Amino acid sequence: MISRRDFVVGASGAAAMAAGLGSLPAQAQTVDLLKMFVPAAPGGGWDQTARSLEAVLRATGAVNGVQITNVPGAGGAVGLPQFLNNWRGQGNSLMVAGMVMVGSLIANKSPLKITTAVPVARLTGEFLALAVPASSPFKDAKDFVAALKADPTKVPVAGGSAGGSDHILLGTIAKAVGVPAARVSYVAFAGGGPAMAALLGSQVAAGISGYGEFGEQIKAGKLRVLAISADKRQDGIDAPTFKEQGIDVELFNWRGVFAPPGVSDADRNAMIAMISKMAATPQWAEMCKQRDWTQITLTGDGYKAFLDAEVARIEGILKDLGLA
Amino acid sequence: MEGFNGLMMGFGIALTPMNLLWCLVGTTLGTAIGVLPGLGPALTIALLLPITFKVEPTSAFILFAGIYYGAMYGGSTTSILLNTPGESASIVTSMEGNKMARNGRAGAALATAAIGSFVAGTIGTLGIAFLAPFVVDWALKFGPAEYFALMVLAFTTVSAVLGNSAVRGLTALFFGIWLGMIGIDLQTGQARFTFGVQELFDGINVIVVAVGLFAVGETLYNAATYKEGETKITPLKGSLMMTKLEWKRSIGPWLRGTAFGFPIGAMPAGGAEIPTFLSYYAEKKLTKYPEEFGTVGAIEGVAGPEAANNASAAGVLVPMLTLGLPTSATAAIMLSAFQSYGINPGPLLLQTQPALVWGLIASLFIGNVMLLVLNLPLIGLWVKMLNIPAPQLYAGILVFATIGTYGISQSYIDLILLYAIGIVGYLMRRYDFPTAPVIIGMILGPLAEQNFRQAMTISAGDWTVFFTRPLSLTIIVISVLLVVAPKLYGMVKARQAVA
Repeated sequence: MISRRDFVVGASGAAAMAAGLGSLPAQAQTVDLLKMFVPAAPGGGWDQTARSLEAVLRATGAVNGVQITNVPGAGGAVGLPQFLNNWRGQGNSLMVAGMVMVGSLIANKSPLKITTAVPVARLTGEFLALAVPASSPFKDAKDFVAALKADPTKVPVAGGSAGGSDHILLGTIAKAVGVPAARVSYVAFAGGGPAMAALLGSQVAAGISGYGEFGEQIKAGKLRVLAISADKRQDGIDAPTFKEQGIDVELFNWRGVFAPPGVSDADRNAMIAMISKMAATPQWAEMCKQRDWTQITLTGDGYKAFLDAEVARIEGILKDLGLA
Repeated sequence: MEGFNGLMMGFGIALTPMNLLWCLVGTTLGTAIGVLPGLGPALTIALLLPITFKVEPTSAFILFAGIYYGAMYGGSTTSILLNTPGESASIVTSMEGNKMARNGRAGAALATAAIGSFVAGTIGTLGIAFLAPFVVDWALKFGPAEYFALMVLAFTTVSAVLGNSAVRGLTALFFGIWLGMIGIDLQTGQARFTFGVQELFDGINVIVVAVGLFAVGETLYNAATYKEGETKITPLKGSLMMTKLEWKRSIGPWLRGTAFGFPIGAMPAGGAEIPTFLSYYAEKKLTKYPEEFGTVGAIEGVAGPEAANNASAAGVLVPMLTLGLPTSATAAIMLSAFQSYGINPGPLLLQTQPALVWGLIASLFIGNVMLLVLNLPLIGLWVKMLNIPAPQLYAGILVFATIGTYGISQSYIDLILLYAIGIVGYLMRRYDFPTAPVIIGMILGPLAEQNFRQAMTISAGDWTVFFTRPLSLTIIVISVLLVVAPKLYGMVKARQAVA
C-alpha cells in the first residue's frame, strides 16, 4: 500500500493558495484525519478524484489531514475486498469508486458487490463521445447507426478494455437501435494511447472514449465527434447528444464515494453532510471544470437507489455483450 | 529550420540555473530509482504529481523527463552486476552484461551501457526535435495487423537464445507464453488461468518473473553447488574502463540499437522490450565473436540492447509531444501532469506551448550529458560490489530482489510468485533449460495474441489481412527470410561442397 500523507500535506496547502481558493472559516465539526481508500494506481481517475476531494476539503477547512491509500488492480476488484474487510466499521473513511468497478465485478464474476459498501455520494460523471477520423464517411450518429444496422461486423469500434465504460456504451447504442449487442465489432486496446492511435490512423471505423481525451484532436481537425452521451448539450462543446439524433442513449462514467460497511448511522450521516457541503462549494465547481467533470451530485438513499438500478442495468448490457 | 530555432529557444529556457537544478535533481533521482528494482519512473512521477501545484510547468516537466531518462540509465546497473533487472527493458542487458561482470569485465559492461545510453539518448532526442512529425505519420500506419507481423519478426529472435536443445528452448518459450496469458483477457474481459486469485487478474508482472528466474533461480543454483573457498566471480580483469577493442566493438551496436529503438518506441504499441530483443538478435548474428555470447559475455550484447532501450524512451516522447498520445505508463502519468496545469496535450501542443515543449527537449540533451557525467565515475564504486564474497553477495541479491518485488505492487502474492518462479528457475538451470525464452514468450505472446485478435476483429474474420496490407506483408516476408535464408544458404553450400 502506498501512503502519501506526509507528501501531500504540504503540497495541497500550497494547492489551495495557488488556485486562489482562499479559506473559509473553520467549521464546527472539523474532521482531524480523513482516510481515503483508492482501489486503483496513483494517477488514474479515481486517484485524481481523491486528490481533488482532498484539496477542496482541506482548503475549506472541513478536514485537517488526509491519508490516501492506493490498492490497484483489476478495475478495483483487488482493492474492494480489503476495504470491505480491513476497513470495516471505521468512521472518517471513504472509498472512491465508480461505474468501472460495477462492470469489472460483474465481468469477473466476483462474489462481492459494490453495494456492500455504504453509499455516501455520487459526485462526478464524465460523458463519453463517439468519434471518427476526419476522413470518415460518417457525418453524424445516424450514418454510424445505419452502417451498424447494415452489418455490425463491418464497423469496428476502438475503446478501452472489454466490459469497461466504452464497451458498455457501444452495447447500449446497439441495443437502442435494435442491433444484437453480441454482434458488435469491439476492438479493445490497453490504454487510451493505443486506442487513439488506431483511430487517428484510420485502423478502425470509430472510437469511444471520454470526451476530454478527444478534445484536442478535435480542435486540431484530426477527429470528428458524432455524438456525446450526455443528457443535454454541453457548454463549449460543439457536438450533439445521442438523444438529439433520435438514439435513446445516455451514459455517464460516474464516480462517487463510499463508507466501509459497519459504520454507525451517525458516522454515515456526518460523511454525507461533509461531502454534500463540499460539493456545493465554488472550489469544487472550479476543480470539476478544470478536469472536464460534470457535477452529478446525489447523496445517501438517492445514491443507493441509483446504484441498485445501475448494477442491474450494467449486468443486463454485459449479458447482452456476452461478457457476463 | 523551425526545429533549430526552437531548440535554441529551448536551450535558453533549460539553461537557467533553476531549470538546471531541476534537471540534476531529476536525473539523480531517476538513476536511484532505476538502480532500485521495483520502484519505476511511472510510480515515482505519480507520487511527485502534487509538486505541480507549486512549480511552474516547464520546470516540472524537466524534472519528470530527467527521472524518466535517469531510470533508463540506472536500470542497467543492477541487471549487469546482480542479474536483477529493475525494469523490463533491461532484461536483455542482463543476459550478456551479467556474464561479463562475472568474468572481470563489469566496468566495461557498465561503461558501454552508460555511453550507449548517452549516444542513443542524444540521437533519439535529435529525432524528437527534427523528425517527430514524419515519424508519427509513419507510426500511425501501423495497425494491429502490422503489429502482429512485427511480433512474428520478434519471435524469430528467440532462435538466438534457444540454447543447444530446441525442445528445451521451446518448452521454456511456451511456459513463458502461458505465464503471459494469465489474467483478464483484454478482448473479452474474462479471467484466464487465475484460479480465482484476484491478485492475478491484472496478470503477472514480467519483472517478477525475470527477477525470479534470473536472480533467485541463480542464487538457489549457486547455493546448491557451492563449495567452500571456491570463487566463481572474477571481480576485475584488465582495465576498469573499456579497451580500444571494446570501443570498436560497441560503436556499431550502439547505432544499430538506436535504429531499432527510436522508431519502435515511437509506435503507439511498440514498447521498449521488442527493440532490445531485435538488437540482441542482430548483434549475435553480426558479431565476430559468437563464442563469447552466453559464455564469458559479449560486449555487443550489452551495447546494442542498452542503446535500443534508451532510444525507445526517446521514441515514446514523440507521440506524446506531437499528438498527446500516452503510449507508456510513464507518458500517461506525465500527460495527467499536463492536465493539472490546465494544459491539454494534443496535436496543437507545440503551437500553444512552444516554450514548454522546446524547453523539455533541450533539457533532455542536458540531462543526457548529466547522466553520463553522473554515471561514469560511479562505475568504479559499483564494480567493488563484486568483491563481496559469494555467500554474502547472493544473500544481498535475495534481499534486493525481495524488496524490489514487494515495491512493485505491495502484494505478498508477488513474493510467493517470486520464490516459486525462483525454484522453477533453479530446476531449469539444473536440467539445462534456457531461461531467456520464458521472458521473450511472456512479453511477445500476449502482444502477438491481442494484436492478432484485434486485426481479425477489424477485418471481420478475414485472415488474409496479414498478407494484403503492404507493411504487414513486408515484415512477414522479412521474418520468413530470416528463418529460411540461413538454411537455404547452408544447403546450397553443402551441395557445392559435394559437387
